[in-house]
Amino acid sequence: MSTIAVLKGGRSLERNVSLTSGARVEDALERLGHDVVAIDVGHDLVTRLREAAPDVAFVALHGRDGEDGTVQELLEVLAIPYTGSGVSSCIRCADKVLAKHAFLDAGLPTPDFFAWNEAAFKELGAADALPAIEDRLDFPIVVKPARQGSALGIKFARSAADVPAALVAAFSYDAKVLLERFVDGRELAVSILDGEVLPVVEAIPRDEDFYDFEARYEIGRTDFVCPADLGGATERVQRTALQAYELLDCAGFARVDAILDAEGVPQLLEINTVPGLTETSLLPQAAEAAGISFDELVARLVELARATPQAAR
Amino acid sequence: MTPGSKPPGRSARDLERYAGLFAQRTKVMTSSAMRDLMAITERPEVISLAGGLPDTSTFPPSSYAAIMQSVATEACARALQYGPTEGMQVVKRCIAEVMAEEGTAVDPDDVLVTTGGQQVIDLMCKTLIDPGDVIVAEAPTYPGAIPAFTSYQADVVQVGMDGDGMLIDELEATLDALERDGRRPKFVYTIPNFQNPGGVTMSLPRRRRLVEVAAERELLVLEDNPYGLLRYEGDPLPTLRSLDTEEFVVYLGTFSKILSPGIRLGWAAAPRPVLQKMNVGKQGVDLCSSSMTQCFVAAYFESGRWQDYLASLIGIYRRRRDVMFEALADSFPRESEWTRPEGGLFLWATLPDYLDTTDLLARALQENVAFVPGRAAFLDGRGGSSMRLNFSGIGEDDIRDGIRRIGEVVREQVDLYSTLTGKPAASPRREEPAPDNIVHIRRRAG
Repeated sequence: MSTIAVLKGGRSLERNVSLTSGARVEDALERLGHDVVAIDVGHDLVTRLREAAPDVAFVALHGRDGEDGTVQELLEVLAIPYTGSGVSSCIRCADKVLAKHAFLDAGLPTPDFFAWNEAAFKELGAADALPAIEDRLDFPIVVKPARQGSALGIKFARSAADVPAALVAAFSYDAKVLLERFVDGRELAVSILDGEVLPVVEAIPRDEDFYDFEARYEIGRTDFVCPADLGGATERVQRTALQAYELLDCAGFARVDAILDAEGVPQLLEINTVPGLTETSLLPQAAEAAGISFDELVARLVELARATPQAAR
Repeated sequence: MTPGSKPPGRSARDLERYAGLFAQRTKVMTSSAMRDLMAITERPEVISLAGGLPDTSTFPPSSYAAIMQSVATEACARALQYGPTEGMQVVKRCIAEVMAEEGTAVDPDDVLVTTGGQQVIDLMCKTLIDPGDVIVAEAPTYPGAIPAFTSYQADVVQVGMDGDGMLIDELEATLDALERDGRRPKFVYTIPNFQNPGGVTMSLPRRRRLVEVAAERELLVLEDNPYGLLRYEGDPLPTLRSLDTEEFVVYLGTFSKILSPGIRLGWAAAPRPVLQKMNVGKQGVDLCSSSMTQCFVAAYFESGRWQDYLASLIGIYRRRRDVMFEALADSFPRESEWTRPEGGLFLWATLPDYLDTTDLLARALQENVAFVPGRAAFLDGRGGSSMRLNFSGIGEDDIRDGIRRIGEVVREQVDLYSTLTGKPAASPRREEPAPDNIVHIRRRAG
């Protein structure tokens, strides 16, 4: 039996989801016989971690601070072993632009994109380059904040007239945004646990407005199928996801999101280093389909955290 | 296993254990993104213009103590006992007194005391709505009514407004269109005074016409009037109920805004047959509203000073509203507009249509300030560039500071948009007063 600190909540926009993930992890840890210290991450995080002196910190934080390497760095300083990926991996995965450049450099498929920070528009006249981008990407174009989990701030621009408002919306979440080619295809979530690829989940939106990104994540508006019936493409999808996971040095677990295009190529969108762990989240569903219960999943992650020396991350 | 302990391997938080048991109506949910954002507005460092709270810190603690003392000495057993479902007679007389203050006569026997005004909305739906039935509401409407409507699987149709309230012509056209589809709405939901969230007040001609339309078509009107007595300027207008000769209006009142929302007491004044059904519905929900707080209200009214407290609230809220007007004029860009409520708790501000207030809220939260994004007041995704701002719940300095912070992020986004489109941004509006009573949905159409 050990003492496990569950880090959850925080200031991120995904606070709510994180609280749900965290609560579920706490229950699992209690069932596994551990002493659980739940910490809603705030100003007193370091103090509370020092008081609790946990054997392992379970990072159940999503989005800013928890998934971008900030909290991981803090845990490194405090010499507390923690679940999931290390600092460098988190930094590169949380930023879609860094991750996509890494994919490109390694020859992994990812939709064409262009990315800028706000200063490029304000100080370098990047807006003048928008028509050229629009020519190169074709409409619709997907506009996304570089660092924001969930669907927040993601907009579809159907024509050039939609692009400025979509950029303004995306800049509400981050100082860097990307414009990405829209790939029409099947939406896949590939979960990986300790280097093992779990059954693929496919998200199939019901006949709602295809471009209403937010609505697609509402309960009852999207069907999730696991394992996805991908025929001969399964192997390629799983292999590509695993390559991405290894390329970015992910550890413990991660969820790779991709779109399977008409040619059967899995186009990589992003990697989530702290995927959702709620009742409706995709990674736990994939684990379940592989015969791994939620408790077993949590136990494995804790075990891996303990077994990984910090310097090896 | 000891009694009360959980069986091993199971947890009360595991939703999937119960998933097959939930009713269809629980599956109707509001936008998850909005829910996640609103959860963050509750952080203590956030100046929240998102709430709908009256300022209960204005109630004198000494009065509270004296009232509770008198309840304890004079009505202890009664306060601790069940009461009648329809409410205590003495409270119904207080209600008649409050309604008289707005020029509306009511027979206490036509009143049902409820657990907050919200319960009236719920009981109306419980009594009248089968799945798929139509409710007509204003666009925008009270965000808190939406979960009540949707949990009864009502089909909500929203009718536009301008500075004079609900557009009755549009209402009639909507009713005609529904009739052609063989559908007759069960009731029209309206907040005629200082509407939440629009901040506008229905004009007298429209009030008359609405009551006529209801009688002609034999459908009910739910008149939600929580703020009517909180008027800061202008002349009071008669309630729909007082204009209603054919008995098609159900009136909703509450003590929440004139005394306290914590006592959870509201009421319905309705045609007897409707009232009886609501009474039966209430028996199933809670048997009766709190005897303790009904005794509190009775003792409070007996002290004879409720109008004094109301007058003090009016003074405080009027100043806060004016501070908000001033702050908006100082810091919101020229391309934005807002309503100028003559009372109530809210105003409705509308930004250029290329700005999305849900995304803006994410940005505003980084500056520790919050508002309600306009989409929360619609069921069909409209309202994307509007916001509801509350001026009753926080002090004047926080209002100034909060509006300034929102103004800065709006300005930042307007500038960015003009950079992206190559069109120059307009300057702040400072020099000209805000236009009179504009709801962005449609300008004053007469």
